This record gives sequence, structure tokens and C-alpha cells, in this order.
Amino acid sequence: MNQPLLQTVGLKKYYKVKAGELHAVDNINLSIQESQTLGVVGESGCGKTTLGRTILRLVPATSGQILFRGENILEYSGKQMHEMRRNMQIVFQDPYSSINPRMTVYNIIAEPIRSSGTRLEKQNMDKRVRKLMDTVGLASRLIKAYPHELDGGRRQRIGVARALALNPKFIVCDEPVSSLDVSIQAQILNLLMDLQDEYGLTYMFITHDLSVVKHISDNIAVMYLGECVEHGPKDQIFANPLHPYSQALLSAIPVPSLAARSRKPYLIKGEVSSPINPKPGCRFAPRCPHVKPICTQGELELKEVTPNHFVRCTLYGSEKP
Amino acid sequence: MTNPVSLKNIRAGSGGVPLTQKRESLWGDAFRRLLRNRAAVIGGSIIIILILVAVFADQIAIMHYAKQNLVANNSAPEWVLKVFSTMRPYAQVNNDYPLGADYAGRDLFSRIVYGARISLTVAFIGPIISLIIGVIYGSISGFFGGRVDNIMMRIVDILYAFPQLLFIILMLAFFRSTFAKPDPGTFTYTMSQLDSRLGGMLFIFIGIGVTAWETMARLTRGQVLATREKEFVEAARTIGSSDLRIMFRHILPNIIGPLVVAETLAIPGYISTEAFLSFIGLGVNPPTPSWGSMISDGSAVIRTYPNQAVFPALALAITMFAFNFLGDGLRDALDPRLRGTQ
Repeated sequence: MNQPLLQTVGLKKYYKVKAGELHAVDNINLSIQESQTLGVVGESGCGKTTLGRTILRLVPATSGQILFRGENILEYSGKQMHEMRRNMQIVFQDPYSSINPRMTVYNIIAEPIRSSGTRLEKQNMDKRVRKLMDTVGLASRLIKAYPHELDGGRRQRIGVARALALNPKFIVCDEPVSSLDVSIQAQILNLLMDLQDEYGLTYMFITHDLSVVKHISDNIAVMYLGECVEHGPKDQIFANPLHPYSQALLSAIPVPSLAARSRKPYLIKGEVSSPINPKPGCRFAPRCPHVKPICTQGELELKEVTPNHFVRCTLYGSEKP
Repeated sequence: MTNPVSLKNIRAGSGGVPLTQKRESLWGDAFRRLLRNRAAVIGGSIIIILILVAVFADQIAIMHYAKQNLVANNSAPEWVLKVFSTMRPYAQVNNDYPLGADYAGRDLFSRIVYGARISLTVAFIGPIISLIIGVIYGSISGFFGGRVDNIMMRIVDILYAFPQLLFIILMLAFFRSTFAKPDPGTFTYTMSQLDSRLGGMLFIFIGIGVTAWETMARLTRGQVLATREKEFVEAARTIGSSDLRIMFRHILPNIIGPLVVAETLAIPGYISTEAFLSFIGLGVNPPTPSWGSMISDGSAVIRTYPNQAVFPALALAITMFAFNFLGDGLRDALDPRLRGTQ
């Protein structure tokens, strides 16, 4: 297998809180191949967003490695990181707070180019900004507009254009469509997929919306309380979810069919336990319908059940019942 | 000759909407809202008139502010005697002085006109000093947060706990005695030369500067803290903007509105501080007229010659009202959500 574009090895992000340590991101091992999309799914508060920001070094990681083309960017100096930032960008969830309300569209899109230290003549900069606006489908008459004059979809297009301005290889999409109308969602998703085809972009697509993730991803990682409980190719995960949590998550997708009326929802009981000082073993154990004593003894490893399909659960692997 | 490119661009616009439609920047929008606010417009107009009066004081004043005419001392024109009828037994009638003359026979009107210079200088220099110090201090504190923030804000707390006016009075007393008779060529000499060149205002600026920045620092810090958490600041980090660039291009433009409003509303405070200092004799050097020192002189004879205190007091009150109205209007214009709140 060729070297993945981005790989995390034992990536951890703990926050110190009054009650102890909050394990926001715990021991995440992921890899994303070039020009592919990894969908990261999980409920609110499971650490998806923190994972994305840790990978971009927007928040400092506690331990672990982030390998970009085999190089650990956590060891990069400020200057190296400044260079590296060209390669890794982010599209934020909320297009209302993620763009500076005091800047014109032109300045927002030109800002990455200026910040990177590239000096462009006014004309060239103008051309570049117009090209980017054209790429993301923004009419060039909006070049002098302020964000407050634009709707959510257009703002999100600005966010995409800003992320593209430095020709990145890798973009973290942090729920880029969840604050948009459904019709606009589709537009933005299609835009992102077109851009991927055109520029060979690699995405890490963070979302809680499973239909979105099904639409856009090649691989899927399911997160629960800071841990990756299952990851593998999209088709396998959707066809055959292994982890009880994934099963519950996928059963929550509404099926548009009359026959599905009689389908019994697979509900999980209880509440998400606290990510502060988690107990050893499976974090899903308190809510799991298949819980066994072994589940809470010692750390569990991700096991490769079928090729490329990993799961962190005692139901599979050597102790298979 | 037609330009095919521009023609194409016009067609690309959304169906028939003229592309030359005037765009309103956020500031332009705020300015329009400001113009709709009658009180703010009146306040602004008064301030503009005052500025013109201060600039063209030499042309407007009918005589020099220090010109004494002891024969006409405490005289008043006929209309003033009508308004303040209790003055009639004491004052001599002299219609050469539109508002009357003071104890040394100096024209009150001319002195009020020249006094506008002092008050307006304070009104503009005060904010500049407190903005520069306060915004830099507050931005550093808010931007870096954590321990730096903690220490810097505790220093402000300590300074804040000290009575400001007392602080200024003590400092002015100290300056005035230290810089009274310095040897030529020393730093203190330069300072005292500068001070007397400015009519004694230098130390007033310093006095206002050292106390007024604390409020600005706190406000700036709070605003920076709130803005720093916004996603667009994070976005700026991702695109590789430096700390300085984030501060000046992304955070400051977003908080400048509240800062301007707070500073405008603080101006009456600076004016009254100067007037108060002049009132107790620590302000500008005589015979330079300041509204505060005029009120002080007038208040000594307020029972016999009320006009000598009332007219400069009116000038002071109108100026402070004008700045307050403008400040209120600015606040409403820059942040419509705050309309009608305090």
C-alpha cells in the first residue's frame, strides 16, 4: 500500500479540568490516502471537532504523532509549520462566525495569500481571487461585498475559497454543511466533491449527518467518547456495522420505505458517560446490550476483522463467541 | 469602441439588476444610521461649531483674552442686567462687552472663545492617549490570556482602586513643584518649557493619560477575549497569519466600534477633569483662559456678578452634552442591538 497522505499515530488530546483529565481525543490511529475522503462520524461531544483541530495544530496535541507524507508535523518548528499550513486547511461549520465580518469578500480570499508571505501584484492578486471565486461558484460582482450581505450558502463558498487559496492537499471539513438548508447542503457537498475530482484534494469530513457521510466518504471512522471504535471502507461499514454503537448509529438513519415501518428501532439505553477520567476498557460498555465482564477489563485494541475493517470490541477477534 | 469583456461581465450579473449598485460598507451603514439620529446630529453639529470656534478664535474673539481694562471691571451689557436683575446695583453698564467683563476687565466672551481651545484639546488628546495605552495594554492582556492576562489585569485593578482625581491632583502638585525652577538643559527644563509653551496643558494630558487608560484597557481586553474565540480568528491561524496580523487585521477592526463609543462617552469626563483641575487652580497657567478657571473666578462673585460664572458654565455644559449625544448616537449606530440600553 502506498504511503497515506495523512496518518495519526496514537494521537491524544487531554484537557485538564477540575475533576481530572478530559479525554477529548484518545489514542486515535487513522490514515487517509491521497485524494480520498475520510468521514468521521459520532454524536455531539465525541471529540470529532477536537480531532480535526488537533490534526491542524490549532490546539496542541497531548501526545502521539501526526504524519503528513510520513513526517511528524508535531515536531515542526513555527517556521516549518507556517510552510506546512499551506497544505492543510479547514472549512468551518458556521459560515456566520468563521468569516471576518469587517472584510470584503476580496480581502477574505486574498488574506491567505498575503499571510503566506507571497507577494502578488495587485493585478495578479485580482486575477487569483476572481479565479477562486469562479471555482467555488461565486459571482464576481460580489467581490466587494461584505459577508453580512450574503446568505449562508454563499458565505460557505467564501469559506471554501479561502481554504483553497493556498492550493492545499488536505482539507478538514468540520461539519461544513450542518448549518445550511438542505438544498444548499447539496450544492456545497457537490462543490466539495467536484473540487476533489479537479484538484485531487484529500478530505477529512467531520459530521454527525450519516446521509452526508454516505454521500461523500470513501472510508469512515466512527468515534465514541474520544475513541475511534470502528473504521473501514464506507460500503462495509454501512452494509455490515460491527460495533454495537455503529449499529445503533446506522439504525437511526430513516429509511424512506413503507416496509421499514415495522422495523424496530435499535435504541441504546442510558446516557453518554463522562469523558473525564474514563474507566478502563470499552467506553461504550455501560450502554452496550452485549456487555460482558471482559469489556471493562484492560484496554481494548482495534482489531482488523475483515481486510481494512477495524473494530474496537470484544465481540470480535480472538475471543469471538 | 465597446469593451467585450466588460459587456460580458454586465450580462453575467443577476437578471437586469444594475451592477453599479452602491455598496454600503459596515461603516457607511453606521454613518447613515447616525445621520438619522437627531440628537447625535445636533451634538455633532455643536462639536463642529466648537472646533471652528477654537480654530478661528483669533478672528472670532473681539479682543485678546488677556487684555485688561480696569475701568470696565465687572461691567455688563444692558441685556445681561435684564436677565440677572440682581446685578443692577453693583455692575456698571458697558455694552462693549457682549457677555460682560470679569474682575480685571477682560472680555468674558473672548475668554470663553479661547477657552474652547483648552477644552477641545483635552477632548481630543485625552482619548488619543488613553486609546493608545489602553488598547495596546488590553490587547496584549486579552490576546495572550492566562498568566500574562492575570498579572496585567491585577495591576489595572490596583491602579483602579486608587481615587483617580486625588491621584491626578497629587501628581500635578508634584510636577508643578518639581518642574518649577529647573536648570536649563536638563530633562525637567525641557518638560517645563514644553508645558509653558502649551499653556500648562502638558501635565494635564499626562494626568488624564495615566488614569484614563485603565478603563480602555479593561474594555479592550474583554472585547479581545470574546473575539479571539470566534472561528474566523481560528481560520486566520490556519491560513498562517501571524499574531500581529491576527490582532490588527482580524480582531481590532471587529472591536473598534465599542472602543470608539466608549471613548466618545468618556470625553465629557476628560473635559470636566480639566475644568475641575483648573477650578482648583491646578490647571492651565493664567492668564490662559479655561472654562474651569473662569467658573472658579466667577464663583467667587456669583452673588453679585452671576454672569461671570454662568456663561462659562453654560459653554462647558453644552460641550459635554454635545459629546454625550454624539456618543449615544454612535453607540446606537454601530450596534443597533444596544439601542435604548445604557
